Amino acid sequence: MTALDVESLRKDFPILERTINGKPLVYLDSGNTSQKPRQVIDAVREHYERHNANVARSVHTLGTESTAAYEGAREKIAAFVGAASASEIVFTKNSTEAINLVAHAFTPGADDPRLRLGPGDEIVVTEMEHHSNIVPWQLLARRTGATLRWFGLTDEGRLDLSDIDELINPRTKLVSVVHYSNILGTINPVELLVAKAHAVGALVLLDGSQSVPHVPVDVTALGADFVAFTGHKMLGPTGIGALWARYELLDAMPPFLGGGSMIETVSMTGTTFLPPPARFEAGTPPIAQAIGLGAAVDYLAAVGMDNVVAHEKALTAYALDALGSLPYIRIIGPTSTVDRGATISFTVQDVHPHDVGQILDDEGVQVRVGHHCARPTCVRFGVPATTRASFYLYTTTDEIDALVRGIEQVRKVFA
Amino acid sequence: MQSDQLYQEIILDHYKHPHGRGLREPYDAEAHHVNPTCGDEVTLRVTLKAGSVADVSYEGMGCSISQASASVLHDLLKGATVADSLRRHEAFAELMAGRGQIEPDETVLEDAVAFAGVARYPARVKCALLPWMAYKDALSRAISTEETP
Repeated sequence: MTALDVESLRKDFPILERTINGKPLVYLDSGNTSQKPRQVIDAVREHYERHNANVARSVHTLGTESTAAYEGAREKIAAFVGAASASEIVFTKNSTEAINLVAHAFTPGADDPRLRLGPGDEIVVTEMEHHSNIVPWQLLARRTGATLRWFGLTDEGRLDLSDIDELINPRTKLVSVVHYSNILGTINPVELLVAKAHAVGALVLLDGSQSVPHVPVDVTALGADFVAFTGHKMLGPTGIGALWARYELLDAMPPFLGGGSMIETVSMTGTTFLPPPARFEAGTPPIAQAIGLGAAVDYLAAVGMDNVVAHEKALTAYALDALGSLPYIRIIGPTSTVDRGATISFTVQDVHPHDVGQILDDEGVQVRVGHHCARPTCVRFGVPATTRASFYLYTTTDEIDALVRGIEQVRKVFA
Repeated sequence: MQSDQLYQEIILDHYKHPHGRGLREPYDAEAHHVNPTCGDEVTLRVTLKAGSVADVSYEGMGCSISQASASVLHDLLKGATVADSLRRHEAFAELMAGRGQIEPDETVLEDAVAFAGVARYPARVKCALLPWMAYKDALSRAISTEETP
């Protein structure tokens, strides 16, 4: 595998030719959503232009083609994340829906003891979770009487593991942890958490929203029980995501949303349900979006995820160095490239992130500002919000230079 | 620079040197408003006296636009009659909803005319409106407290 050639790869992304306020677009918001290569855009267009029909119910040619493409996408995605089979991939709208699907499998009266949850039982999350990996568990705790607990963070933005044996205990039923933090960039020690959780009989959910797009993820090797991820952060369309789980576990889970395509037989007195993954895909799914995500994983696989990691590691080192040299910048999160990804949150002394983002936009630089749907993390670090630059396989060091020039401009206006 | 229209000197001045900042006693009513998308916050107190706004005091954290807006609000509404303050409130809200198409009346809005450019940035309109929404809330509470015997 040859190393990633960023200049030729950028030609695949039509939007990167755009200008913003008369300046070349510098897109540093891939942690929010990634840009899409021509190959993905073409796959979606070709589906609508040549093959469009509903899936899983038609005998006609278009329906057959559409179904084959939709299921073909499932197979590509399963292979991309190392699933044992395509039937371990449930298509969802996004990671949020995938996490909520899992949350709704836990009930006080569940047949499977692993999914039985009530007063006295505990769910463990962390202080660096995205709201989508906090709120569903707060709601679940409220529904069942279970208790929600969480790992704190160190000043460097890593999990504080000092009380791990107290937090993960025989009362723990589920540990739900982000793999790669969307705000701090921290990559968490999955192996340790999985070992501790499994030792007490708890299940593990990994929020892979940021990891699956940026690092090689082999769900089978990671050993977690559930992995949630989303398509639009990994070059795919919006409206498509996935839940991976071991088949036997999916098979033990009750339906989530009820409707067409998830049933075996419906009568007015009761219904029987299809096996996974169809059991969890009620209604007409996002067909073109799934096919687009299939094209996205083809693209990422062709580039090679190891090459993506190497490229992003070099960018991260470059950016940490450049930002670290500005005395008025405070980086929120790990300041070395060890176990961290290409997402860097920071504050600019005496300037609110919204104002930072506005001036950067003048320079064509697109960053995210705010609490990044991780308000507890902001509170932990005593900041109302941060500015976040997040990189991807198409990001260049020139773009990081543009960010630094933009920040210098911010200081001129406000300081 | 593109955002010169947004970051008028008047706005930057109010941001760096806010007028009337700090929560004061006594007061008739207080409102705390938060912008959930960015976490900007303002706490604003209103003191009424004989149909006029005797004081508007506030504390907050947030971007230059929201904080300067609170400072301008203080200048504009302190000492005004309640009716006048509502007229100014309405003029400011109308300016913010105008997408940059409205010519503000300087006799009504004074320094707040500097916010005309903000209306061209839909993402920032809510920043400018934050203290004004808190004012309206606090004022209506102050009035209902006054009316309760």
